[in-house]
Amino acid sequence: MNLELQGITKRFGSLVANDHIDLSVTPGTIHALLGENGAGKTTLMNILYGLTQPDEGTILADGKPLTIHSPKDAIAAGIGMVHQHFMLVPVFTVAENVTLGDEETRALGLLDRRRMRRKVRELSERYGLRVDPDALTGDLPVGVQQRVEILKALVRDAQVLILDEPTAVLTPGETEDLFRIMRELRASGRAIVFISHKLKEVQAIADTITILRRGRVVGERPRHTSEDELAALMVGRSVQLRVAKTAAKPGRVMLDVRDLVVPGGHEGLPGAEHTAAVNGLSFRVRAGEILGVAGVQGNGQTELCEALMGLLPVTSGSVHLNDHDITNAAPAMRLRSGIGYIPEDRQQDGLVGSFPVSENLILDTYNRPPFASGPALNLGEIRATAERRVKEFDIRTQSISAPVETLSGGNQQKVILAREVGREVRLLLASQPTRGLDVGSIEFVHRRIIEERDKGVAVVLVSSELDEIYALSDRIAVMYEGRFTGFRPPDVPVEELGLLMAGIGGIGTPGDGAADSSERTPPGDSANAGPGSLEQPDSPERTSPGAVQPDGPGPPEQAPPGATGPPEPAEPAGSTERAGSTGAAGSDGDDPTVTVGKPT
Amino acid sequence: MSDSAPAPAAPSAPAPTAADEHGRPPFGRAILDAVLEGNSVVVTILAIVTAIVLGGLLIAFTNSTVLHAWGNLFSSPGNAIAQAWDAASGAYVAIFEGAIFNPHTVAALFQQKSMSVALHDGTVSAVFNPLSETAVNATPLILAGLSVAVAFRAGLFNIGGQSQFIGGAMVATWLGFGVSLPPVIHVIVCVLGGFAGGAAMGMLVGLLKARTGAHEVIVTIMANYVMAYLLSYLLSKPSLLEKPGANGNLISPNIASDAHLPLLAGTHLRINAGFLLALACAAGVWWLMSRSTLGFEFRTVGANPNAARSAGMSVPRTWILVMLIAGGLAGLAASTVIQGTDFSLNFQSYGTYGIDAITVALLGRARPGGVVLAALLYGALHAGAPLMQASTQTPVDIVQVIQALIVMFVAAPPLIRALYRLRAARAGGTGQVLSKGWNA
Repeated sequence: MNLELQGITKRFGSLVANDHIDLSVTPGTIHALLGENGAGKTTLMNILYGLTQPDEGTILADGKPLTIHSPKDAIAAGIGMVHQHFMLVPVFTVAENVTLGDEETRALGLLDRRRMRRKVRELSERYGLRVDPDALTGDLPVGVQQRVEILKALVRDAQVLILDEPTAVLTPGETEDLFRIMRELRASGRAIVFISHKLKEVQAIADTITILRRGRVVGERPRHTSEDELAALMVGRSVQLRVAKTAAKPGRVMLDVRDLVVPGGHEGLPGAEHTAAVNGLSFRVRAGEILGVAGVQGNGQTELCEALMGLLPVTSGSVHLNDHDITNAAPAMRLRSGIGYIPEDRQQDGLVGSFPVSENLILDTYNRPPFASGPALNLGEIRATAERRVKEFDIRTQSISAPVETLSGGNQQKVILAREVGREVRLLLASQPTRGLDVGSIEFVHRRIIEERDKGVAVVLVSSELDEIYALSDRIAVMYEGRFTGFRPPDVPVEELGLLMAGIGGIGTPGDGAADSSERTPPGDSANAGPGSLEQPDSPERTSPGAVQPDGPGPPEQAPPGATGPPEPAEPAGSTERAGSTGAAGSDGDDPTVTVGKPT
Repeated sequence: MSDSAPAPAAPSAPAPTAADEHGRPPFGRAILDAVLEGNSVVVTILAIVTAIVLGGLLIAFTNSTVLHAWGNLFSSPGNAIAQAWDAASGAYVAIFEGAIFNPHTVAALFQQKSMSVALHDGTVSAVFNPLSETAVNATPLILAGLSVAVAFRAGLFNIGGQSQFIGGAMVATWLGFGVSLPPVIHVIVCVLGGFAGGAAMGMLVGLLKARTGAHEVIVTIMANYVMAYLLSYLLSKPSLLEKPGANGNLISPNIASDAHLPLLAGTHLRINAGFLLALACAAGVWWLMSRSTLGFEFRTVGANPNAARSAGMSVPRTWILVMLIAGGLAGLAASTVIQGTDFSLNFQSYGTYGIDAITVALLGRARPGGVVLAALLYGALHAGAPLMQASTQTPVDIVQVIQALIVMFVAAPPLIRALYRLRAARAGGTGQVLSKGWNA
């Protein structure tokens, strides 16, 4: 189905979300909609899916006008949408979720479960989705849940599939899986609209890229367009994708962590207490250097940051900040002794959405002079500081008294950054500091972090974006199952990082990965999982946890439950980045696995 | 847009911290949000108007004269409508006269020979009696409403106003009759005792929540029962709180007159210093919540306990402090009742203050100023109800119905908006799409 949008305009009050947008989607292609947060991508797709009505403009399907008043109309017209936030019933099985609202029935209105299951299995196999129809949806990892959403659209025979920021919730490995599925869908003649603000992903997968800025189409480009050009179109000015920085001048040891063990695992799960999320970490960070902690999410990075902030109790080990033992200090104490903290989930842990910008800017300094005098808040000083910081950090807000939840993600992050580096800081803990941000904001955040380093602050940067690790780090540590599998200089090849992220490779041996796995493999719980992933070298994707029931008791499924996450998706992690950065995006994904597998 | 990606592995934290609230606003906050969501002051006022209109219909159509007239609707439709109007307006006029201003009292004033006589025999006082009664009825509602409001702002739902009221009442009463102190000091000690008694009950709830993770709603509801029966028990023991010779009437001795809250406008009017105390507490709560560092902590914990933890605040400590203050305010409400109007404690002195406090706090949008206004409204309804019953035979219970209707309409803003064809302020429809597409 050839889908054409002509002159779509949508206004929200005085705001023009979509300004005469033309877009044409051809069958058998992947069409990317690229734009910063708030550029109007989601609004446009909501119009196409019938969630919002346009003020002007027409939608044509194969040249014929199409009226879409509700998602029902859209589905009838062959348009399917996978939302950023899934709309699944967690206690239903995959098959039940997929056929929900479109159930197969037998006589007397009884559900025909067998046919439902068969349908799901057939579709799942045809497009390589690898979803078990009988699995409980709530138990599945996010990546697999997303495939269930895709299945939902396919069951309803969607010819045009809209994916709204599908990679935002995925690990690099899951992203690679999604791209493979997208290619298979494209091969079947379907059209895919891929909404994203990530340049690399768009380059890797899209056939055509339409760039939106402030509600307008500012350009349409083929896939082989340089990142710089795409970024400039998106932001409206040229952007430094990698912030320039000088060599680090490390000073004295600021953070000294020894044999740190932090308990992990979900509460209440049997055996959870045996799983340590951080399992004997030792490292030092000096003043004026950035230690980048790379790794697939769920390998203990979150727990490491929270333990360093005093938000999680420490089982054993010690933490020294500037030669003072802070192992058991309360968070308030740590803040006072000079830790700045940029939490991973800014809305959950970093901000109070309903509070004004000014109050969010003093969230952890509210009880200190000059913001407090005795028991009273010093409103004048709070306002003056807020005005100053808003200017200094270019925080785009209507006023300092606007609730912070009305700001864009990038500006919210600037509020946190302004707060954390606005006071005397010795150590900056930055966890996923640019997650979900657009290119312009990423540039800003990176520049400020480097400025802090140059001021002599020790920085621990935790990120699952390898680009970010490379752009900022002076040293790179790779975290896998609660341990560092190695420290590397910032010019380490991406393939090597990928292997380290998958738990392959030893501390002292850069380069040849799996050969010395015995040396690396720690005694105890991760001994099973580590080698286990090596024993199934030919099918790392198939072992995505939860997706497929294993036929026999395979070692990978014995991985400990809880926060120390699945090792398998780690492997394509490296390959995604590599494929993206080298530009050879066509036939990626499989080869590194082979090289991993052979030595075993 | 993509920042709210769910963290797949929720970090595990020790049990009695904010971890059990992970990802969701605290319960009390959620209730407050549900009531305030898209609910402007205009909607609140319209809710009150609607409740009064509906209450009027109820008054009219439970009146036998009106029903009889409507039985003859087709023979004399005018009469039916007139009867209904008379019944409803008569009741409301009576409430107005009982609560704010009664023209008869002014007429009586003009019949007096001289002003000095009028001042002494209470004719002047009679003019102001309705307002005085409104203030007296509003006093404990203000304090108890503040108690619930403070807790709401800190994310806690304090249903335990009753138990904290009883705690404060027991201490204030005992200090009132059990000890003898110099005049001014006795009042102050009793008031402080009331605060302490309520605060102890509140703090117990806060401690249980902070230490064991027990939900404050469950604990406060149960505490209400425990305290009500404890009160009955103490009132039945002569060695404890029972009035000598009460013969099982479950009433305490009268408190010493030294412990009475001073009257503000002569002996004919009941208005007393308790009203000023309530207003001072409202001002104090306003300062606490919007101008102090402690209030900043309360609000932060109420709005987002996870962010509060990351910012170095101690969530359990905040819970304990908030419940202490909330309980203390409910205890003060008891002090104003015992020391201001009742002068003794009986087994049902706590009345419905605990529940009324919740409705006052919600109607007042959990803001001190709003709580004062809401309490004055309810106080006026309570003050006017007896006169309404006396002069129009409308049962006083209709006041409870109107109160309940107000809260129902406040809690259902879409209903009010639909009724008056108001545009949705924030919630719903386009607003959501807007925020999804543009505010990410």
